[in-house]
Amino acid sequence: MVNGKRTLIIIPALNESGSIADVVGEVRGELPGVDVLVVDDGSTDRTAAVAAAAGAKVAKLPYNLGVGGAMRLGYRYARDHDYDVAIQIDADGQHDPRYVPKLVDLLDDNDLVIGARFAGEGDYNVRGPRRWAMVMLSAVLSRVAHTKLTDTTSGFRAANRRVIEMFAGWYPAEYLGDTVETLVHTARRGYRIRQVPVAMRKRMAGTPSHSPAKAMVYLGRAFAVLTLALIRR
Amino acid sequence: MKLTLVTGLTGLLLLGTIVELLRRRQLREKYGMLWLAVLIIVIPLSLFPRLLDNVAELLGVASGVSLVLFLGIVFLLLVCVHLSWEVSALEEETRTLAEDFALLRAQIDADRAARDELVSTDG
Repeated sequence: MVNGKRTLIIIPALNESGSIADVVGEVRGELPGVDVLVVDDGSTDRTAAVAAAAGAKVAKLPYNLGVGGAMRLGYRYARDHDYDVAIQIDADGQHDPRYVPKLVDLLDDNDLVIGARFAGEGDYNVRGPRRWAMVMLSAVLSRVAHTKLTDTTSGFRAANRRVIEMFAGWYPAEYLGDTVETLVHTARRGYRIRQVPVAMRKRMAGTPSHSPAKAMVYLGRAFAVLTLALIRR
Repeated sequence: MKLTLVTGLTGLLLLGTIVELLRRRQLREKYGMLWLAVLIIVIPLSLFPRLLDNVAELLGVASGVSLVLFLGIVFLLLVCVHLSWEVSALEEETRTLAEDFALLRAQIDADRAARDELVSTDG
């Protein structure tokens, strides 16, 4: 329970056995009374076993579907088990669960709340094509959603019952579909989206990529995904 | 004459292959019928390549053979697009199955854990 609402924390995880126990432990420590569902997206390591030992419910996919596939499974679970709120958190420990009550509070007046970097709290810097991609995405999506969105690819979001219901039936499994396309889809259907500034932490395990070529490819793909999302029904 | 023999035999060979695949139920009927229809058009053309010359002239194409080549490429492109579409639909279906499977497995695990707890508190 968070603020009297049945809350499910969904953590999509792919080969995160190094950090998942700490993340699950921290969430359960900070937020007593919430349920944690780790969606193991076809990991080849012991992610599922480690998460279960840490006290999470585990849904293990038979093969890798991508973040979008894992998240639709999470929302289906939330719908089937009658949760009021579903919150997505990354498995690498960069999201601080102490912000969860803040997100849930905002769900009183909104349908989807996004925990955003670059919104005043914490320090996080990107440059070059990756930055251009983020600027482009936030400019376009802010217009579509009629609200200021600075961190559109954030994997830290809270959804209420209406959005859970929608995401359980529709959630793209394609690249960036889980963030960009879901925002366009949600905004177009009249749901209220809102972002709240959160400080992000360094990842507990794994390394982010910094190659300029990859950043360029990212920009191109982000543009393609955004264009497609905008012309889709 | 030699060329007609080569093209005609190729057409017949393809026809035989498809009939055999259909007979062994290796090919879904919808695809089998499609390829059979194609071959029924192609085999006469392979035996008499001049058959389409009149149509070609009507459309401003120099020879019937070129027209067949053009139509063939268009047709193959359409088939490829159709197959991509089918694969996308299949991926969506297997994705849903994988999710159902994971949900069921989670449910079974939860039931088993609840039962174990019940047994341990009873005993």
